[in-house]
Amino acid sequence: MVPEDSPLVLNRRAMIGGVGGLALIGLSPLTASAAPEDLRAAIEERFGDRSIEEARVTLKAPPIAENGYSVPITVSVDSPMTEQDHIQSICILSERNPLPNIADFQMSPRTGRAEVSARIRLGGTQTLLAIAETNSGALYSGTAEIVVTLAACVVL
Amino acid sequence: MASIRLSVPETAAPGEIIELKALIQHPMESGFRRGARGEAIARDIIERFECVYDGEVVFSSTFHPGMAANPLLTFFTRATVSGDIEFRWTDLTGQSWSETATITVE
Repeated sequence: MVPEDSPLVLNRRAMIGGVGGLALIGLSPLTASAAPEDLRAAIEERFGDRSIEEARVTLKAPPIAENGYSVPITVSVDSPMTEQDHIQSICILSERNPLPNIADFQMSPRTGRAEVSARIRLGGTQTLLAIAETNSGALYSGTAEIVVTLAACVVL
Repeated sequence: MASIRLSVPETAAPGEIIELKALIQHPMESGFRRGARGEAIARDIIERFECVYDGEVVFSSTFHPGMAANPLLTFFTRATVSGDIEFRWTDLTGQSWSETATITVE
């Protein structure tokens, strides 16, 4: 018989605790990911029913991301960035993360170039969306398809 | 104390578009994760980033939990005058960190 306080018993307890924890994670509503409807709701909340033209925005991302915890992206918008005509904001939206909003960037003519790079988290394979707004209120969008091998939010 | 790294050119010509990089060490805890015992880990993220140059915010950003840990931003600005470029981050509790780089424009 193994004594009650031996390392073996403790290890088994730790194992059972770990498995129980994993089961909890699986059941947790917190891990639910956003559906495309949430993305549509987020777009509607921000921009109402304004029309968004699929043009001028280039979203660069790796086609395959091995790890969804840190995916480098670059978004650039074709704009002269002058006082008369410039991009004033860009937002990055996800259709599969727990929250559709990932980041917002605010710009001005002083920014000089409508381009920004960042590292983001992705909760699964998806089409990432960037929407840019000009100073006159016109909206443009661009997308990038990213295959995520190991999603953030799933493996903790 | 969060560690901050900046990349700012030392000199630039007036009107030149320069690339700025700003990295801050921060876990960006999303609030969606659970610990080993299944307990929720509280959200702890930087929500706001601002870059101030020549008396004006030239670039700013709002972060959500979808930003990766240790957020790194690369963006641009037009060189106007010699002086300081200030980078400032604020987390959701209001705590903020800032770092300044100096540029010579001639």
